[in-house]
Amino acid sequence: MRYRQTIAVLALVGLFVALYLWLHALGYGGAIKCGASGGCEIVQTSQWATFLGLPVAFYGVVGYLTMLVVAIVAVRPAARAEAGWSKLLALLATIGFGFTLYLTYLELFVIHAICRWCIGSAVIITLIWVVSLLALRSPATRTDRAASPLLPDPRA
Amino acid sequence: MNRFYVVLTALAVVLGVSVFALLKTGGGAPAAAAGPPPTVADDGFRGYTLGQGTAPIEIVEYLDFECPVCATFATVQMPTIKEQLINTGRVRWKFRDYPLPIHKYSRFAAHAAQCAGAQGRYFEMQDQLFAHHQWAQTGKDPSSLFRSLAQAAGADVKAYDACMESGKYAQRIEYSRQEGEQLQVDGTPTFFANGTKLFTSLRRLPSSDDFKAVVDSITAHSPPKPVARPAHH
Repeated sequence: MRYRQTIAVLALVGLFVALYLWLHALGYGGAIKCGASGGCEIVQTSQWATFLGLPVAFYGVVGYLTMLVVAIVAVRPAARAEAGWSKLLALLATIGFGFTLYLTYLELFVIHAICRWCIGSAVIITLIWVVSLLALRSPATRTDRAASPLLPDPRA
Repeated sequence: MNRFYVVLTALAVVLGVSVFALLKTGGGAPAAAAGPPPTVADDGFRGYTLGQGTAPIEIVEYLDFECPVCATFATVQMPTIKEQLINTGRVRWKFRDYPLPIHKYSRFAAHAAQCAGAQGRYFEMQDQLFAHHQWAQTGKDPSSLFRSLAQAAGADVKAYDACMESGKYAQRIEYSRQEGEQLQVDGTPTFFANGTKLFTSLRRLPSSDDFKAVVDSITAHSPPKPVARPAHH
């Protein structure tokens, strides 16, 4: 259960990282905050910053939001015993991780610029992917009493 | 409420406020570099030039960095022109600024190129500005991007910042624009070969073949070079 909660927290952080990049891509706010090394603007204005006509960050928002919602649903006591949620989270995380690998490759070897926000997102999705794999190996029926006080105590 | 949901909600609030604060703050294009200068002065500069000084034909290009056609020309046609005409010593190519008033960040981009040029990085910066031309379509303040591009072009960022902040080359750019106006430049890019305006009736972007034809024609109509004879003593 801790795994699903961890995924929810990570997805929430990733959601706001992607949200910031998406809003910036839509023209909200001034120059992107990227540290002294720059690079975010180069990445954000490159031809690879859009995918199928939409900013790449938009897909990040959708992806993280989906993982967040699924993780929150999966944390509910009723869903706790259902292993399908862990499989779904692992599937979503794998898709996100694969897409991130492709984007990181573009940054390093094609655009030749590093965006710190993108790296931050890459770290988050990698963590989500690892945790989702751990969740798959973990018995779905195992409960964490501290995190789920609503569950009836089987010893009672 | 479950402690997990409380933590998640609190985190969402903190992150939301952080993103809002990040979006509220942002830099801006220095006015001195972005707008037309109050006065104009000739500093004697007549454009950055590619090619050999001895080339018999000089082509002058009046360009606007925000103009998409200029970007297409620079990225699609120019590599072939460099290879066939400039590197072979047939042509030298001069770049002059002609920022169009319809473009918000043209002067600013021209100034960024001049500031990189002051560090010997004009052509690298020009390549960067045209290669990452999406900035011209977004309408967003490109100051942070240009700074990154200057860095990618090999310019020292501190010197670049100081140059942009001071608007050091604003008058030079305006002088170039006025010069183009006197030569009846009516759009960008506009080309002159040895002072003659080119492609006045062409309704499309000239290609490298069009320039080759122009250069061939000028060369064919030029008087042959006098043959050097041994000196008599």
